[in-house]
Amino acid sequence: MKFTEEHEWLRVEGDEVVVGITIHAAEQLGDVVFVELPDEGTVVSKDDEVVVIESVKAASDILAPVDGEITEVNTPLTDNPSMVNDDPQGEAWFFKMKLSDPSQMDDLMDEAAYQKFIA
Amino acid sequence: MTDLKRTPLYDLHVELRAKMVPFAGYEMPVQYPLGVMKEHQQTREAAGIFDVSHMGQVILSAGSWESVALAFETLVPMDVLGLEDRRQRYGFFTNEAGGIDDDLMFARRGDDLFVVVNAACKDADIARMKSALEPQVTVTELTDRALIAVQGPKAEAAVAALDPATGAMRFMDVRDLQLGDVAVWASRSGYTGEDGYEISVPAAQAAAMTQALLAHDWVEMIGLGARDSLRLEAGLCLYGHDIDAETNPVEASLLWAIQKVRRKDGDRAGGYVGAGAVLDAFASGVSRKRVGLLPEGRAPMREGVAVFDAAEGGQQVGTVTSGGFGPTVGGPVAMGYVGTEHAAVGTALWGEVRGKRMPLHVAKLPFVAANFKR
Repeated sequence: MKFTEEHEWLRVEGDEVVVGITIHAAEQLGDVVFVELPDEGTVVSKDDEVVVIESVKAASDILAPVDGEITEVNTPLTDNPSMVNDDPQGEAWFFKMKLSDPSQMDDLMDEAAYQKFIA
Repeated sequence: MTDLKRTPLYDLHVELRAKMVPFAGYEMPVQYPLGVMKEHQQTREAAGIFDVSHMGQVILSAGSWESVALAFETLVPMDVLGLEDRRQRYGFFTNEAGGIDDDLMFARRGDDLFVVVNAACKDADIARMKSALEPQVTVTELTDRALIAVQGPKAEAAVAALDPATGAMRFMDVRDLQLGDVAVWASRSGYTGEDGYEISVPAAQAAAMTQALLAHDWVEMIGLGARDSLRLEAGLCLYGHDIDAETNPVEASLLWAIQKVRRKDGDRAGGYVGAGAVLDAFASGVSRKRVGLLPEGRAPMREGVAVFDAAEGGQQVGTVTSGGFGPTVGGPVAMGYVGTEHAAVGTALWGEVRGKRMPLHVAKLPFVAANFKR
């Protein structure tokens, strides 16, 4: 798994990556009450706002961690946003994307580096 | 976080691993490890304790009830004189333009008036009372007392375990009590829409009293986050957001708080700061009203969201002043001001969130029925 400074995780699955937010991010957000997912097929650039997530406290944006195309979104999150608190690094992934430039993955942190980043 | 004040429960909050944030000049708990959502549900279903010691507690005395009540009536449009002993009422200070400078609770304790004001306004409120009422009235801020609210359907069981006399109190009653070995006074009131008590306790004994209440496993500490969603579902105003110096009581839908005796043709009509402006607003109506706003989708509509009369184009006809997720409602809830012509319950309107118009409608307040012991 790779991590961004925006507290996203990315897991390579075949020629796609699965993207979600970290346990740390979910704890910081508090109870998530609303998730708005992008349309499948959307082409995004790194740092585009792709997901809106609202907790009881505030609204936040999830940014595209790399360039690519959204291939699938985790629609159950829309009806059941609390999944993000229950299992942020498992069931509650946000979207899958096909990378335009797989080398962008090399710029991301590994788990040890991320743990150090949030410490 | 320099210069922030701490309440007598500060050490307890830290011990209970509260997340502390700056609020109205104090370091206050916004949530505990339970989290905002569960703290909210805990209060609706069992009992929660809120540290509201940041609020101002003030005693006014003038030798007799009549003197102090009539003096206070020059600052608020409420019937103070008619308040029975050991009873409490909601009120607000008005300004010359008829706007609301703070909202408050006031209670009669024998010949004295006990006033609780918002933390952010308390210095100004105390200065106002001193400058307007002294020397005929003595205005004393009680800086050595904490204020602890116990709220929820099991609040009575928690408090009555310490003093059974609390069970007989009705909504807005005020009593001197003995909670364990601590002498306190309390009102049967709160700001969550639930039954409960607000207990004024000497600072030195506040933590011990709170811990005695927390001894029940169905009582939890509740932070400011859940306090906000609870009061929003209960349709109660947050000063500085839903009401302020620019909103008059008619616009704010707070006419219920102005008793007949202070209205036009009442025995003590007017006679408070801004009475002319308030009476004018009464007589000629207002162009906007505070209403409940219920988003129809799942997206919360928070403070500042613009409200329109059409899904596309149209006019901005209002603004959300408080909004968020209502855990008991199970969806987003909001309140705000809309043009009077759009204020009828059921009116379809649209809130603009992140550039998109989302449907909402004007809804009856409160969103969650009050659970007071009347």
